[in-house]
Amino acid sequence: MTFTTGSATAAPPGRSRSLSARFQHWLPKLVLAPSVAISLFFVYGFMIWTFILSLTNSRMLPSYDFVGFGQYARLMANERWWVAASNLAVFGGLFVALCLVIGAGLAILLDQRIRQEGFLRTLYLYPMALSFIVTGVVWKWLLNPGLGIQAMVRDWGFESFTFDWLVRPEMAVYTLVIAAVWQASGFVMALFLAGLRGIDDEIIKAAQLDGASLPRIYARVILPCLRPVVFSAVMILSHIAIKSFDLVVALTGGGPGYSSDLPATFMYAHAFTRAQIGLGSASAMLMLGGVLAILVPYLYSELRSKRHE
Amino acid sequence: MSERTAVGVIRRRTPGARALRVLLYAVLFAAALAYLLPLVVMVMTSIKPLSEITPGNLLALPEAPTLAPWIKAWGEACTGMRCEGVGGYFWNSIAIVVPAVAISTMVGALNGYALTKWRFKGSELIFALMLFGCFIPFQVVLLPMAQTLGWLGLASSRSGLVLVHVVFGIAFTTLFFRNFYVAIPDELVSAAKLDGAGFLRIFWRILLPVSAPIIVVSVIWQFTQIWNDFLFGVAYSGHDTQPVTVALNNLVNTSTGAKEYNVDMAAAMIAALPTLVVYVLAGKYFVRGLTAGAVKG
Repeated sequence: MTFTTGSATAAPPGRSRSLSARFQHWLPKLVLAPSVAISLFFVYGFMIWTFILSLTNSRMLPSYDFVGFGQYARLMANERWWVAASNLAVFGGLFVALCLVIGAGLAILLDQRIRQEGFLRTLYLYPMALSFIVTGVVWKWLLNPGLGIQAMVRDWGFESFTFDWLVRPEMAVYTLVIAAVWQASGFVMALFLAGLRGIDDEIIKAAQLDGASLPRIYARVILPCLRPVVFSAVMILSHIAIKSFDLVVALTGGGPGYSSDLPATFMYAHAFTRAQIGLGSASAMLMLGGVLAILVPYLYSELRSKRHE
Repeated sequence: MSERTAVGVIRRRTPGARALRVLLYAVLFAAALAYLLPLVVMVMTSIKPLSEITPGNLLALPEAPTLAPWIKAWGEACTGMRCEGVGGYFWNSIAIVVPAVAISTMVGALNGYALTKWRFKGSELIFALMLFGCFIPFQVVLLPMAQTLGWLGLASSRSGLVLVHVVFGIAFTTLFFRNFYVAIPDELVSAAKLDGAGFLRIFWRILLPVSAPIIVVSVIWQFTQIWNDFLFGVAYSGHDTQPVTVALNNLVNTSTGAKEYNVDMAAAMIAALPTLVVYVLAGKYFVRGLTAGAVKG
């Protein structure tokens, strides 16, 4: 590769050279500047802005009458918030756990030199390409007691079969788990499969020569090697769980009543439809707190492991 | 080849091992069926006339397949107050996705290049600063963004949504390109610098020609994210500017007259097809985007 053509090559004499050199020196920073400005304003600025809103008694429109942490106190006294928060604990916990178990299980099974691996992998992963709205619409149809799975099994002759979680307030949150696991477990499978492929065969050979059985090798040798994968998967999945909004809107609408509300739908409902901007902002700040609580330990361990390399 | 080479694999030629192998395939294909069934049901329901749906079984094959539900979903079904189908909203999504993907990918490429090949004091800090944008829950920017769009005169407009998606997409695209360009040897660039080539010239002649894979990853990632977006779409669009996901949700939740499940499913298929097609055509790159940053090689 040569760069003998063009004007930049022959160094122009005197001041103009230093001018162009100075321009070249500043150009990378100039290119980055808009993105940095965007990030400072739209990410950091907006976070502070939302925090400020959460300290005011804004209702329909933002107002700047400060009420201290009054909105947080209201939030803590709000029954619907606690329903949303405990739903997130149930939904998030089950969603992460099931995705990990199913994802790791499928990856291990798929790693046994399966001839149709590519085909199967494609099938496991395709739901991840769908919008959560589409997923919600499909599962709403499947879980509809009158026409979906319940009706199908009854049609097969099991007249007393009941699967009506979608319309039962205490069970609706589990329908979110089913749909979300269907959508994301294939992705976890892909993460684990990539991790399995990265493991040095020599370690496994050594364990085999020692006479270890296959399940034992997986439990004692291979899975411990996949700790970083588990860690990333947990982080990504809990992040998806905290942000879950579209799936709730499409599948349960937060209902019956508000029994399957999550913090994201709580925030949207209060900020945009119930004219409670202050309260909505306070709930958004708590969601940010939740994400940071997961993110900070993750970044910390990432940075520490890098320093040890 | 001895059986030892098949490391960590159930592969001994005993009857027990063979039975295990059969079981293994059975489990894997059963799982595939479980993932596939919702899609199959969706497609079958979307081509059944309504008269077959209510009395019929979910898995019953359509007796008289018809495209009428698709035609209705595209052009006539009611989404809220209007009954014009999701077709117009499909074009809205395209009009939002195309510029947003193009701009965010270009900006990400230049950022990644500047951050890796023109390092300066503080460039790592800038990267960390921008990266944080990948992790925030968007609820925390929702209200200020609504007000800012209003000030800019972009409320309820497609350009407003393009802006939102670019602003919150460049954190991801910068991450993709930065991680890709870090692996390209600095020597190539420093040789060109000695030859007197400038910032843009080096990018154009050296980096861009090898960037095809990461451009594909970035485009697919951004396309899927923006096409599937619902939160920004529902918060910032007007009646005429809704993306297809919002229209689909309105269609399904509009309760006028008898519920037409076949039309609902056809509309869901219309909203799902673009990303599904991309996934089928470029699955490898799709996976790479998903795992970028998650699994460090």
